[in-house]
Amino acid sequence: MSAPETADTARTAEPEPAAPRKPATMAQALNRALRDAMAADPSVHVLGEDVGALGGVFRVTDGLAKEFGEDRCTDTPLAEAGILGAAVGMAMYGLRPVVEMQFDAFAYPSFEQLVSHVSRMRNRTRGALPMPITIRVPYGGGIGGVEHHSDSSEAYYVATPGLHVVTPATVADAYGLLRAAIASDDPVVFMEPKRLYWGKADWSPEAPEEVPGIGRAVVRRPGTSATLISYGPSVPVCLAAAEAAREEGWQLEVVDLRSLVPFDEETVVASVRRTGRAVIVHEAPGFGGPGGEIAARVGERCFHYLEAPVLRVAGFDIPYPPPMLEKHHLPGVERVLDAVARLQWESDWTEGGGK
Amino acid sequence: MTVLDQPGAYQLAPPPGWRPQLDPAPLLPDAEPYRLLGTDAAAALDPALLTRLYREVVRGRRYNEQATALTKQGRLAVYPSSTGQEAAEVAAALVLEERDWLFPSYRDTLAAVARGLDPVEVLSLLRGDWHSGYDPRATRVAPLCTPLATQLPHAVGLAHAARLQGDDVVALAMVGDGGSSEGDFHEALNFAAVWHAPVVFLVQNNGFAISVPLAKQSAAPSLAHKAVGYGMPGRLVDGNDAAAVHQVLLEAVRRARRGGGPTLVEAVTYRMEAHTNADDATRYRTAAEVDSWRGHDPVLLLERELRGRGLLDDDGVREAAERAEELAAGLRTRMNQDPALRPEDLFAEVYAERTGQLREQQARLTEELAADAAAEQQSQAGRSGR
Repeated sequence: MSAPETADTARTAEPEPAAPRKPATMAQALNRALRDAMAADPSVHVLGEDVGALGGVFRVTDGLAKEFGEDRCTDTPLAEAGILGAAVGMAMYGLRPVVEMQFDAFAYPSFEQLVSHVSRMRNRTRGALPMPITIRVPYGGGIGGVEHHSDSSEAYYVATPGLHVVTPATVADAYGLLRAAIASDDPVVFMEPKRLYWGKADWSPEAPEEVPGIGRAVVRRPGTSATLISYGPSVPVCLAAAEAAREEGWQLEVVDLRSLVPFDEETVVASVRRTGRAVIVHEAPGFGGPGGEIAARVGERCFHYLEAPVLRVAGFDIPYPPPMLEKHHLPGVERVLDAVARLQWESDWTEGGGK
Repeated sequence: MTVLDQPGAYQLAPPPGWRPQLDPAPLLPDAEPYRLLGTDAAAALDPALLTRLYREVVRGRRYNEQATALTKQGRLAVYPSSTGQEAAEVAAALVLEERDWLFPSYRDTLAAVARGLDPVEVLSLLRGDWHSGYDPRATRVAPLCTPLATQLPHAVGLAHAARLQGDDVVALAMVGDGGSSEGDFHEALNFAAVWHAPVVFLVQNNGFAISVPLAKQSAAPSLAHKAVGYGMPGRLVDGNDAAAVHQVLLEAVRRARRGGGPTLVEAVTYRMEAHTNADDATRYRTAAEVDSWRGHDPVLLLERELRGRGLLDDDGVREAAERAEELAAGLRTRMNQDPALRPEDLFAEVYAERTGQLREQQARLTEELAADAAAEQQSQAGRSGR
């Protein structure tokens, strides 16, 4: 399911397209972002396994090799450390590599290059060698994938200083944030929620709406009762939970982080200070997950505004389960509502949720 | 007639579409390490080159000695010495043009110095000062790499990028016998060959990875033999023969430059000192073994050749030693001055722009430092006020 988009007010008067506009999927938006970035900047190079002739196992790089040639959209040998290491060298020479890791868990062989070099080269060289690399990682579960195809590994990247970690939850953000990631002079781990790849939205590649940049969170749905803080594949879950919560009398606010690093503390804190209650939702295991860091920050900054402890709804602390059991592991609407119910409503002793 | 000869009989055929890709024979290294000094072929060598190699190797030896001494004086936190390996280190630098790139490991500070970098800047990492003390962009020397072999894919990517842009740039990446076991070594060589990248991989086989000898590191016939597996030529050379290693590396660089692709060069040498000043080599090798290499010393081999050809006399030896001493003395003097590090720099280049969290943390550190400074002033004033 795709998140309801905000009304598009950005489009000014434009000639009507000759054919009726088809809804675009996130995968198409990502493809378009790559294409537009490559057209705009000859230093942008795409590389990875199967990105060329096949167009990527998820078709996100479809057509790029044909349009820009194999030198700019390159099928690499099957060696993730080599791929990312080569990208480091290309960036040292002034190119802007966009690397695809085929699946979240297959990025692990490149972890050393990521942590030892991609995240440190700018710092190590006092800015002489920035790493304007984008590493695209399809992540998350809910697609019936067998072992190693459904991990959520963002905690490792969030814990590595020097990296930006960005994750779109909407079609418009998929385009806008990927363009921003590629244009950024910082290395960006661009986590693509694969189960949202085929989610459609009324979005046009000919007039992609402007979206806030990297480092800004967005309130997807305003509310007053409590704040749901989430990102990526869990955002639609939170929006569905917020819709269902109305029957219980809760007006839930949903914040889509969009960017784990840099973290938009301002937007999150403002929201939780308004509502006084927060639940963080993500697929990654709870222990050591990003939710812990967010909860600590929110707790510190909002302590005197909070009516209840900050709760987390996350994956269990288990290796990602077999597809036949994954529905028990993934945070769903029911579990989110159960958490909201545990936000100590009995302590709400003033009218209308005041402080 | 046999069954196979009967009409319609089964015809033996290779798998469809299979062709032998490449003749492996030319890719294989020589049976023995290539040598020049002391051979008849040395007579054809350019005297100016030989003299230059001699001076650089003598200078390199003095540099190694001085750097080692600096650790004993506490001026360097650690020094992984290349004593005994000066021929390979110097040759790696000398074969490159200014536009080429060098990718050293932590042991290859001499190569960077021979390339023309300021030794104090090169030694920044080993001093405990900033991780990279020189500007890689300006010098075209990548930062000294600590995780072994991880800079080899960087060299490939950079060379590949240069070739795509139509730039005449060769990358020379340095690694040891130990590093050749790392996965990144394998991946880098594979990429380089598939991409036909203009890279030269120099493996200095100095016999040890800290304490682990070559026999426990690899069962390959030689490390140069690994090249054939990737589809690139492997060259085996006496790493202590400066003329030979220079010639082999230069050939490899030229080959890369004219579009011939990558080469793997194994330079056989010996690590005369321990892994670093913190290592006790007596625990894993004998003094007799170390001594057995003294007669094959790179300085000695050059001196013998040059003297034998009337290209070097005592004056020349003294002159080279004096030039080398200039380097050492300058290094000593400058390393005796404490470097000035700024804590603020910790936050400056983590990202293109500091995050809100980093700005807060920097502000906190600044406060702490100011408080420390104020307390220090007070206590000093208190003492002097007596």
